[in-house]
Amino acid sequence: MSSEPLLRLEGVSKRFGGLTVLDRQSFSVSAGEIVGLVGPNGSGKTTTINVISGVHQADAGRILFEGREIQRLKLFRIARLGINRSFQVPKCFRAMRVRENIEVAATFAGRGAVDIDEILAGIGLADQADAIAGALTVNQQKMLDLGRALATNPRLLLIDEIGAGLNPAELGGIAELLKSLAARGIALIVVEHLLDFLNRITDRVIVLGAGRMLFEGSLKAASQDPDVVAAFIGG
Amino acid sequence: MRYPAAVLAILAAMFLVLPHVYGNQSVLFTMMTFMALAQGLNLLYGFTGYLPFGYVGFFGTGAYATSLLVTFTGMPVLVCVLGGGLAAVVVGLILGPLLRLSGAYFSIANLAASQIIYYVVANEALKHVTGGPYGVKIEQVYAPTASYATMLAVLLLATGLAAYFRRSRFGLGLRAMHQDPISAGLAGVDIVRERLIVWLASAGIAGLAGGAYAWNLSVFYPDAVFTLQISVFAIVFALFGGVGTVIGPLLGAALLYAFYAVIGVSAPQYFELLYGLLIVLLVLFLPNGLMSLLIRRNVDVL
Repeated sequence: MSSEPLLRLEGVSKRFGGLTVLDRQSFSVSAGEIVGLVGPNGSGKTTTINVISGVHQADAGRILFEGREIQRLKLFRIARLGINRSFQVPKCFRAMRVRENIEVAATFAGRGAVDIDEILAGIGLADQADAIAGALTVNQQKMLDLGRALATNPRLLLIDEIGAGLNPAELGGIAELLKSLAARGIALIVVEHLLDFLNRITDRVIVLGAGRMLFEGSLKAASQDPDVVAAFIGG
Repeated sequence: MRYPAAVLAILAAMFLVLPHVYGNQSVLFTMMTFMALAQGLNLLYGFTGYLPFGYVGFFGTGAYATSLLVTFTGMPVLVCVLGGGLAAVVVGLILGPLLRLSGAYFSIANLAASQIIYYVVANEALKHVTGGPYGVKIEQVYAPTASYATMLAVLLLATGLAAYFRRSRFGLGLRAMHQDPISAGLAGVDIVRERLIVWLASAGIAGLAGGAYAWNLSVFYPDAVFTLQISVFAIVFALFGGVGTVIGPLLGAALLYAFYAVIGVSAPQYFELLYGLLIVLLVLFLPNGLMSLLIRRNVDVL
């Protein structure tokens, strides 16, 4: 591991009204690393991604990207720094064509030239390039979200439950795609309920329970940790 | 009609030739006014989805600012009209925080803001400045032809802006923002900045139109430039033609205003009836306006 991680969270908290959704989270991610983020529903996985990507602002703590504080930056600034994400419920530009969806990000993120055809091929939508995005299946729209993120030449990608509803062959394809992105030096945080899928792409997971980090380490060790077992099954 | 320059040329030629063919220049002038307002409203509503019910507030601001500049500074009238546009932009800046509201909340707050401006301007206590309820007189600069040409320039400017929003990189960001602001932000679009620019452009067009309108009337009561009917007409005209396009609002305003000029004056009772019917039919069968007839058939319209 290099000395300075690409991303570091220091005591990051987020509350919605009286509910503390993230409670002093601290962890770091290095370039080219894949980290799995797991935990029961409501444990704060998506909120973690939301505060890193700027969709929500953290109430306390610091988020450092390449040593620079980003927790107060606007969404587009964070995107232009090289952090991007996909969504559990896809949020593509539904009335635009598939290619235009990618073009928007390639145009505005200002992070160097990208090959739109290569991205379309990578997410398996080359044949649908001229289709209206809203007419795609939900899974295709999730891939389009990923493509929009890739068109910004990200250094850190946050992937929110991309595997749900996919068959084993499709899951295998995505696992290979994510691994190839990591091999290019992109850091990935992958929220996923499908542990087999996570097991194929990473050995390092962070387990959340009620907004707190319960465990950090290998997936195998996590399954034997009493706190983790209690959080998933109920103590 | 895919090329902005062609649309602008046709528009200019039409309104330069028409006065020689059709004698009632005041009808043509008012038609241009509503075309400019429908287009100006389209800039905001068609490209960002914010529906400004109080759009008339900018029009009235422009009309009054122009008149006050004429009265108190004696600058050339054209400069005063530009000042009217600028005043509307300043009001737009002050009202900028309204953009944080969404949907109906924005529309209602904007409507309230326009009424505040109206009641300030029309206040008896300000009669030595704005004329209060007794209105404005700048008949010393009355110039129907020059003000007609000015309104045409405002209409062309509004249409040029709409074409820019529709076809440029900036417009691509607007379309993205309109469909999903969060994803647009993630794509690197500075949505707060883009939205504010469009809002100010839209306000500025209404202000300039108000200035040219005040110049053309040269004597008017506050109601004449603050009546809510102006907002309603601009909205209905733009929707009828098709918002988010360049030609739609022009077509909608031209057709519906012509209809109004033919029937609305001579037989107002039938006009209201037919107008209501037309709006119901529009909402039921063509919610995206006349232009959607072409867009549905994949015709590339501006």
